[in-house]
Amino acid sequence: MADVALQPNRVGAAQPARKRSSLQKALKRKSTAAFLMTLPLIILITLLVLYPAFYSLHLATLNKSMQRFVGLGNFEFLFKRDTFWLVVKQSCIFAITAVLFKALIGFIVAHFVHNIPAKGQRKWRGMLLVPWVIPPAMSTLAWLWLFDPSYSAFNYTLSFFGIGPIPWTGDAAWARFSVILVNVWYGAPFFMIMYLASLKSVPDQLYEAAAIDGANWWQRIWYVTLPMMRNIIAITTLFSLIVTFANFDIVRILTAGGPLDHTHIFATWAFRIGIEGSDIPLGASVSLFMVPILAIAAIFILRDVNKRGNEA
Amino acid sequence: MSRKRLTRRQFVAATAMSSAALIAAPYVRGAYAAGKLSIGFWDHWVPGANKASTDLVNEWAAKEKVEVTIDYIPSQGNKNLLTIAAEAQAKSGHDIFAMPTWWAHSNADQLENVADLMGPIIAENGEVNGTAKYLGTVGTKWLGVPACVGSQIKGPCSRIDLLKKHAGIDVQEMYPAGSEPKADNWTLETFLKAAEACHKAGVPFGIGLGETTDNVDTAGAIFLSFGAQLVDAKGNLTVKTDAVRQALEFYKKLIGFLPPDVAAWDDASNNKWLVSGRGAMIMNPPSAWAVAKRDAPQVAEQCWTHGFPAGPKGRFAPYLPYFWSIWNFSKNKEAAKSLLVALSKPAAIEKMVTASGGYDLPAYEKLTTLKVWQEEGPPKGTLYHYPNPYKHQTLSIAASPAPPKIAQQIYAQATLTKMCLRYHQGEAMEKTLAWAEGECEGFMRS
Repeated sequence: MADVALQPNRVGAAQPARKRSSLQKALKRKSTAAFLMTLPLIILITLLVLYPAFYSLHLATLNKSMQRFVGLGNFEFLFKRDTFWLVVKQSCIFAITAVLFKALIGFIVAHFVHNIPAKGQRKWRGMLLVPWVIPPAMSTLAWLWLFDPSYSAFNYTLSFFGIGPIPWTGDAAWARFSVILVNVWYGAPFFMIMYLASLKSVPDQLYEAAAIDGANWWQRIWYVTLPMMRNIIAITTLFSLIVTFANFDIVRILTAGGPLDHTHIFATWAFRIGIEGSDIPLGASVSLFMVPILAIAAIFILRDVNKRGNEA
Repeated sequence: MSRKRLTRRQFVAATAMSSAALIAAPYVRGAYAAGKLSIGFWDHWVPGANKASTDLVNEWAAKEKVEVTIDYIPSQGNKNLLTIAAEAQAKSGHDIFAMPTWWAHSNADQLENVADLMGPIIAENGEVNGTAKYLGTVGTKWLGVPACVGSQIKGPCSRIDLLKKHAGIDVQEMYPAGSEPKADNWTLETFLKAAEACHKAGVPFGIGLGETTDNVDTAGAIFLSFGAQLVDAKGNLTVKTDAVRQALEFYKKLIGFLPPDVAAWDDASNNKWLVSGRGAMIMNPPSAWAVAKRDAPQVAEQCWTHGFPAGPKGRFAPYLPYFWSIWNFSKNKEAAKSLLVALSKPAAIEKMVTASGGYDLPAYEKLTTLKVWQEEGPPKGTLYHYPNPYKHQTLSIAASPAPPKIAQQIYAQATLTKMCLRYHQGEAMEKTLAWAEGECEGFMRS
């Protein structure tokens, strides 16, 4: 009997020990440590990104007074509006053109900087990053003054050459050009620094081998540099495409979507409808319309990156 | 250890005595006995104007034993609109909020009815103007108390010298300080001729056609002067009418006499236009004049704020009121109401208007002749006609009298200025009207 009475105690004593050891093991596991270390960020993202995202999904399914569930009714309504399709077209023009030029300028400037002797390179890198470092709301205000309809510094300068005045923000075509120009100015340094980092990781032996084979500069870029930079180019393009599609501040400050809605992009039009027009569900629907477009772009680009990763 | 037992009699006696003591004891009021109140006021651009509001609130709070917190929220970057949207969603935030123009209506379901306050306030201060009623009421429900702080009329601010020289118009004679306007001849026709003359002289009128409020407000007043409404008070589409066609024809002619870049103008452009001395007239509250007083005194000395030109259907001026509204989730509605009554007393209103240099406008008819408007200058009397003391013009807001929920969309989307630009840029009249009709149909969704 005494043995029997003691048995459960023994088992009881062994169990916490086992539990403790399994907890210790779990804590010692690298994945647990990694999870715990990323937990603050996960909580932050859940609160600041996931919750608002799901909340905006919920808002997009409500009617204007937010009292009735309308399902996809807001999207149905938007699809019948000419202005909405104008905004879709402009968002695509804005994002694709801006990303293309940012990538091109970033690529060219990265090569220039790469070829500067190491001693002076840091100075150039720092200077070229300035547009990207200044908060865009501030730098765009400076651009606004440069483009000011009545007192443009650009027009003042051009007047010495008998050119202008150019309606930088008053004419649809020029206004589109202006917002894209500022976006390229702001975003090109990001591409430059990413490409520069990528260029530095291309082994010199490959260029030496190409030189021995008699490759000219174009062939070196086409057959050595570009293949080695493919993944960085893809990731940078995707990242920039997302950020540019969702841009708000540059357009809002420079043109506020005008003239005649010809520079509105998703975010600025969503703000106009949702906040200024007090139609929050429709504004949420406009901003959510970006998601499928970007998701498709992300799938294609990331799939390609993955494929190349597997090939490697 | 001995233990004394409490008998039933002792217990009853003790309870009775404590209850009697509690009831009979004098009520000692704590420092903040009447609770807390948080207020979201509009952040005034006039230096020192916020202080007048703060002082009045603190004075009231000390008397009523309420702990108050005031946040001054700017309208730059629409920060106040974002805060309203956030508080409406969260159903939490300030107790009182300064709602600009359309926002009382767009949040009507979440605002406390202050009709019980408005009766006595109107009895004391006089009737409120029609636009304040249009924007501040739903049926018999008042969505807020009309606030003088931030409320404004965007009438013409003219250059005395330039209009006299180039258009032969003496604005001081037309709108004399201290007496009734003699502006029967101040019509849209005269206005257009003056615009042409000033354009020829190289000092064109600075009237924007962008998508911001200053631009939309002017278009709204001119459309109403022709009787042009895109949607009528019952919510019917009235875009394809002769009145709208006339208004567009007028604007087409006017745009020809304006600076070439007006399509890109925002709310700062007209101010800069006046202060730089390049234009003979803008449509604005006296803020541009006040900036000129500081930065270009020689321009300010020549500025005169006056009434709008009359059209075939009357004389309309853009009026943009603010309302102090109480959220229905407020936890101290009684204190909030008490404060709004205190802020609506004539003395309090005069203090706030004076602190704003005459910029703020009360909505009440007995309060349009305050001393500040008679004395502000230079030139002295420049603001005399700013508050519409003789009810010479009908105070209105663009897109009215459409039901406010539709009108807000027409206003926010700047449909009026877009129509004018489209037509001016060569689009056929009927095509412009069809476009506007399509837009308005969209704005009617519920």
